[in-house]
Amino acid sequence: MNFEDTPQEAEFRATARAWIGANAPKQYEDELRKSSLGRTVLRNADILDVAKAWQKKKADAGWACLHWPKEYGGRGSSPIERVIWQQEEGPFGLLSRMFIIGHGMCGPTMMAFAREEHKRTYLPPLASGEKVWCQLFSEPAGGSDVAGLRTRAEKDGDDWVINGQKIWTSGAHYSDYGILLTRTDPTVPKHKGLTMFFLDMKSPGVEVRPIKQASGASDFNEVYFTNVRIPDHQRLGEVGDGWNVSLTTLMNERSAIGAAVSTGFPELFEYCSSLMLDDGPAIEDRAVRSKLANWAVKASGLKYTSMRAISALSKGERPGPENSIGKLVAGSMIQDVATYALDLQGASGVVSGEDAELAGRFQAMLLRAPGTRVEGGTDEIMRNIIAERVLGLPGDIRVDKDVPFNKIPTKGRG
Amino acid sequence: MNFDFSDDQKQLRDQARKFLAEKCSPKAVRVVLDGKAPYDKELWKGLAEMGFLGVAIPEEFGGAGAGHLELCVIAEEMGRANAPVPFSSTVYLAAEALLIAGSDAQKKKWLPAIASGEAIGTLALFEGKGNPAPKNVKLTAANGVLNGVKKPVPDGAIADFAVVAARTGSSGRDGDISLFLVDLKGAGVEVKSLTNLDPTRGQAEITFSDCKAEPLGAAGEGWSILTQVLDRAAVLCAFEQVGGSDRALEMGRDYALDRIAFGRQIGSFQAVKHMLADMYVSATLARSNSYFGAWALSTNAAELPEAAAAARISATQAFQHCAKNNIQVHGGMGFTWEFDCHMYYRRANAMALGLGSLSYWEDQLIDRMRKKNAA
Repeated sequence: MNFEDTPQEAEFRATARAWIGANAPKQYEDELRKSSLGRTVLRNADILDVAKAWQKKKADAGWACLHWPKEYGGRGSSPIERVIWQQEEGPFGLLSRMFIIGHGMCGPTMMAFAREEHKRTYLPPLASGEKVWCQLFSEPAGGSDVAGLRTRAEKDGDDWVINGQKIWTSGAHYSDYGILLTRTDPTVPKHKGLTMFFLDMKSPGVEVRPIKQASGASDFNEVYFTNVRIPDHQRLGEVGDGWNVSLTTLMNERSAIGAAVSTGFPELFEYCSSLMLDDGPAIEDRAVRSKLANWAVKASGLKYTSMRAISALSKGERPGPENSIGKLVAGSMIQDVATYALDLQGASGVVSGEDAELAGRFQAMLLRAPGTRVEGGTDEIMRNIIAERVLGLPGDIRVDKDVPFNKIPTKGRG
Repeated sequence: MNFDFSDDQKQLRDQARKFLAEKCSPKAVRVVLDGKAPYDKELWKGLAEMGFLGVAIPEEFGGAGAGHLELCVIAEEMGRANAPVPFSSTVYLAAEALLIAGSDAQKKKWLPAIASGEAIGTLALFEGKGNPAPKNVKLTAANGVLNGVKKPVPDGAIADFAVVAARTGSSGRDGDISLFLVDLKGAGVEVKSLTNLDPTRGQAEITFSDCKAEPLGAAGEGWSILTQVLDRAAVLCAFEQVGGSDRALEMGRDYALDRIAFGRQIGSFQAVKHMLADMYVSATLARSNSYFGAWALSTNAAELPEAAAAARISATQAFQHCAKNNIQVHGGMGFTWEFDCHMYYRRANAMALGLGSLSYWEDQLIDRMRKKNAA
């Protein structure tokens, strides 16, 4: 049992570290290091510009999308090398968040289902950050129930005509392309009538409307399609096989192992270490200590769970559904941590933004945290994944499974 | 990175699991639970023969000299099987205290006897209410003679010897405490069994009246030695708790698949699925914290005190969580004497208190984290 790299891993780490040391945008390091959930702001630069520049630099030197094949703009690295890169990239890795959907989901789906010429055309600029991609899956009628979507695609000559609406589309407002899941046959059960495409987000008839979130920020969008035309050669997979295609996408969504999971704990511990309460230092208070200790062991438990997964990767094993626990535990924890930090601030905790304690760090965390528990699968979906795929319990009963889509009731009452 | 047990260690785990499945069935545990025997003597003998009692004791003192990682994997299996033997008191507490502070003669006398199963040992620290603290040690030692009462002493009624914490000074500091070795079969020792939450592991009250004892470690070093013993035992107990958590989770999962209600397996109800998923999460976090503790213990790393406290808290919470919700999944059946759920519930809650309660370890963890941050 040890934490040491193999000789090959150590060599890779040294090379990566040297390159990052010489090339990373160090002027933003402090701001990135201090960012916490709900707040990654660069005061004097647009974070998208900085992210694109860093990604391009990485791509030119062969460090972009490490796990992708070289011919599509990657490096052909092993999963463990990707983890080592993430560890070495440290706070600069936050900049890759801009591309997480494209690199993590759209790219792999294109690799599995697109024509070879499309892969060679579209994937390298996606890897290098020159083009940003989004994933158009969720709809007002289908969040966790992805297959309940209603956006229609109808064949017209060599094109498909798209009408409908998507929602919760991360980054659609600055995306160049997207992968789109549509319904092509409403007369068969819902999983059987779906078809996947990719499209240019600047196509006529695509309208992106940012959604203002509870936090006040706008990371997500509604996307409306009005008679949008997509050529048939941009179809991914067979007509009616969209559900299987989307499963490939969603399997790739499993959060990247090795990237640090944000729990809010280091921020809270640091805060409590210097905070004075009415009766003395917060860190001396029995109740505060108990809360901190309980969160400390969750944070360390996640950290070492991740290290166990990395060890498995290092031996060539594949990550399994057990890795769903990171998001499940961290999601509600960060929400509770933020709530508690504000409780310690007393009445003044209500003040947010620059006027607040620590420039509103915990207030921003509180307002962003609910999203973490929902995005990429709610806590409840995560628990289902653990129960079904790890513990082997029966799947949920789905009463609409064999019913033609156009016969499924759409409202709770009459 | 290879943050996992080796293939050999996993093989040892399989071997221990198989051995305990044969020799330590729930039926065998019930013999002790029902008060028909103070512990499972046959099992104890078998554990000695397998080399498990002395796995971390050096060969020169009659052990296998394998190391603490090997002891961790065995501890996990002891917890999984809910073994009704004085393993933790003898191996984690008494043997570790001897390994840390014993003279060569003391090690030669007791360690081979532990490894061979001839001697049962324990640690006599507590004196009624309260957590580990020098001020809670009232029993006195003067000129090698002990006077006072210890309770609860784990496995005190069956132990042959005890490491006893005694007051040898009055400065009000840690240096007031010294440790002694006492032959419990000798004069000046009176032992009384106490009923307790987990009858598969006895607790006793031991009264020392002008009882002769020999020092273990230097005078005034007692508290520093005790802290090290408790940290090591915290990691080893954490593995027992992880084993118990996993078993409780398995029992709940199996029952949820087996039991039909409202025309369905109850494991198909989301409320039950999610309860089991949460049990899995707590058991996984505890396992990962315990692995870090095992690494720190086996390498004697500077991180050991913090790692031990984290493993202790995480594993205590997980075992309590899994044991109580296992009963909940079982419904009314789970609350019966006939089902095995309550054995794990008892063990989980007794273990939660054995090395000092959670609030003690929470304090330890925060103090140690602060120290690290200050350094």
